Amino acid sequence: MSNNKWLTAAWAISIMLILPALFLLLQSIGSDTELFEHLWATVLSDYIVNTVQLVALVLVFSSIFALPAAWLIAMCDFPGRQYFQWLLMLPLAMPAYVVAYIYTDLFDFSGPIQRALRALFQSDVAIGQYWFFEIRNVPGAALMLALVLYPYLYLIARTAFLEQGSHLFQVSRSLGKKPWQSFRRIAMPLCRPAIVVGLMFIGAEALGDFATVHYFAVNTLTTAVYDSWLGHGSLSAAAKISILMLIGVMGILAIERWQRGRQRFYHKYTGQNSLFKLKGWQSKGAVLYCFSLVFSGFVLPVVILLSYAIDYASFDTDGQLGQVLLQTVWLALLAAIIATGLAVLFNFTTRLSSLTTAALPTKLSSMSYMMPSTVLAIAVLIPLTVFEIKFNDVWVAMGYQAPGLFLSGTTFALVFAFVVRFQAVANGTIEASFLAVSPSLDMAAKSLGKTDTQMLRFIHFPLIKKSLFTAMLLVFIECMKELPAALLLRPFNFDTLATFVYQYVSDEQLEQAAFAAILIVLAGLYPVMRLTQTGGKTI
Amino acid sequence: MKHLGLGLAALLTSFSQAYVQASEVNIYSYRQPFLIEPITDVFTKETGIKVNILYVKKGIAEKLEREGKYSPADLVLTSDFNRLLQITDKGLTQANDDKQLAQTIPKQYRDPVGHWFALTTRARALYVSKDRVIEQASITYEDLATPQFKGRVCIRSGKHPYNISLISSMIAHHGEADTKAWLTGLKSNLARKPQGNDRGQVKAIEGGVCDISLGNSYYYGKMLNNEAQKVWAEAVNIVFPNQNDRGTHINISGMAMTKYAPNKENTQKLMAFLSSGTAQALYAEMNMEYPVNPAVPPSKEVQSWGDFKADTLPLTETVKYRQTAYKLLDEVKFDL
Repeated sequence: MSNNKWLTAAWAISIMLILPALFLLLQSIGSDTELFEHLWATVLSDYIVNTVQLVALVLVFSSIFALPAAWLIAMCDFPGRQYFQWLLMLPLAMPAYVVAYIYTDLFDFSGPIQRALRALFQSDVAIGQYWFFEIRNVPGAALMLALVLYPYLYLIARTAFLEQGSHLFQVSRSLGKKPWQSFRRIAMPLCRPAIVVGLMFIGAEALGDFATVHYFAVNTLTTAVYDSWLGHGSLSAAAKISILMLIGVMGILAIERWQRGRQRFYHKYTGQNSLFKLKGWQSKGAVLYCFSLVFSGFVLPVVILLSYAIDYASFDTDGQLGQVLLQTVWLALLAAIIATGLAVLFNFTTRLSSLTTAALPTKLSSMSYMMPSTVLAIAVLIPLTVFEIKFNDVWVAMGYQAPGLFLSGTTFALVFAFVVRFQAVANGTIEASFLAVSPSLDMAAKSLGKTDTQMLRFIHFPLIKKSLFTAMLLVFIECMKELPAALLLRPFNFDTLATFVYQYVSDEQLEQAAFAAILIVLAGLYPVMRLTQTGGKTI
Repeated sequence: MKHLGLGLAALLTSFSQAYVQASEVNIYSYRQPFLIEPITDVFTKETGIKVNILYVKKGIAEKLEREGKYSPADLVLTSDFNRLLQITDKGLTQANDDKQLAQTIPKQYRDPVGHWFALTTRARALYVSKDRVIEQASITYEDLATPQFKGRVCIRSGKHPYNISLISSMIAHHGEADTKAWLTGLKSNLARKPQGNDRGQVKAIEGGVCDISLGNSYYYGKMLNNEAQKVWAEAVNIVFPNQNDRGTHINISGMAMTKYAPNKENTQKLMAFLSSGTAQALYAEMNMEYPVNPAVPPSKEVQSWGDFKADTLPLTETVKYRQTAYKLLDEVKFDL
């Protein structure tokens, strides 16, 4: 394929992926200024404050969790290091709303921990008469989200530390800089692009989340989106708020890019890192740090889920869950493969072209990630049904029987929605690894008379192969957990594991679906473990 | 390219199809499958008509609207009146002129022109701590905003449809200004900011967080029959408020036939079945709701909570104020 064909294909597909958001944008123009003014005059400023606080806290907590852990694993040797390097990824397999459910249950005033404390001190005190941290608030929600989202940053930062920082760090140490100075002056600036990518994923997830914040009774901009749509019955006002959120995020990202300037890092260190051996309290501290993350983000929730499953005997009695598991895995896998393939197309096109606009397909196709996902689900429905209705009309006019809703009424809509939503995850992963491939290789390939396709196949593919796998695994895990789109777009009598769990969670009876929740975690377990191995060198 | 074409074809056929079978009926349901399936299973056994259910909590109206005349949905089931009227208001339904339905469902529980029908009713009751609230029988919704309950009230989000419906009825009875004052008073009486679901408030009473909460009546029976939740329910009495004046606010669960129902005949059969003695008894026994069919009594357990006087203001009158209810909630920042 020639340069132009690549570009045409990339544009065509990225426009397909951005269509839902475009239709939503059309919705948002003009109408419902009155409702918008009402929201602005009453609750919107509180929602904005909550949202900014929530996202900022999630980013801070995730950094506090992920960066030291990544640094320890990448640079230091301590007991259990080789296990912790993948154990630390496990919380990623855990849906945030499940963790939220478990922890609120645990820490509420009427939950077992506070009850036990009151029993211990035999005090018959009422609420508010003693201090115990409140979990249903912004910091509580942020903590829960960070607990399951930090692995994104950990994965990316660990790899970046390994590839960018380690030997330079050693040089800096040998020149007499203290560890902290070396971390701050050498490792952080070098790894900044990677860390920003990690934080962007986490920020987007936190911004778009509804299930968790709703559970924590925290009102954010997503609350405003849902209120406008479901309460005030105005999809257009909801669209308007979503679009404004999107613009805000794009703005922040643009500032970051501008401030980072035109720095590029092609250097990749492939030699053996020598690990700094931790001793005494340092080593114990490292173990404790990593262990508490794994424990609170994974071990404890799983143990509680298991105890629910046993107490409520909510095991798979009629074999229904086996089918649900299979179809969920199949859809998630399909979406993962498609998204990864498209990410290669987009990034390769950007690389080939000298046009600055060639980067647009990648950017456009990543945008939907920032939208609240139920709104996105509706948005997906709009172009699909518009097309289907036209198609059916033509079919009927030609005298055939109408084929019905063959896209939006089938699992096609689900896979499409998954790809639209998580294309950004695949794009980000592939982009990072393409950036690490030096352009001089392309020039060499060109001067040897290779075609673009040959270059992709024989030069780039072997170099980015591992990150393809990483991208696929990340999208897969996200799709396994995805809820709002799956809920609205799945066909009749069809469940994914997440929707199955949700019908109970929505009634605050997770206990009844504990086994299905465990299955979500189990299905994500293998990919998550593989992530650390494949992601080790390339992401 | 050939491979790509073949692959695409294989891919497209792999998407499981929901094509219309000879004898079936398709439901979009706001109500959870485990409530509905036991009832539709009996229907399938009796008639041989297969029932397909899509359970969604948000966005059914939009989905129907977008799907237009090719929508596979025949029937919508909702758990409250607001959302039922939302789809009829959008013109997404058609009348069911089945005479039998008009006979089994009393007039106040169906649309005069046959677009919507109630299936069950439920009271917006009060759950009151057994030992910490003395005067229980004469409590009113209005009392919840008075100083005696300062710091003692628990409630789920004001924007949940069940609360929206209650607030709408307050507006219908007292007007906008008084309702706003009531909401402000209620908010200042809350023991904690609105959160959780109706059962969660009863759990909070049992845990000592608060003394009184709002909740739908059937949860009482459901908690009593749940091993883990029994202790919550045993800490409270269910009280039907406003017995000395207009009566307790009630809401309905209901059904409506979609405008383009592809299986109209089957849908009518299903609607007749859902209002029949068999299905209504199942609703009463399993879900602890009040059947709309006067021939079917509530379950023994529900009867043991005692009779109550229900607010007779038609729901069509209260539902007019749902937008205003939302507006007031925002103005007093109820959920914040």
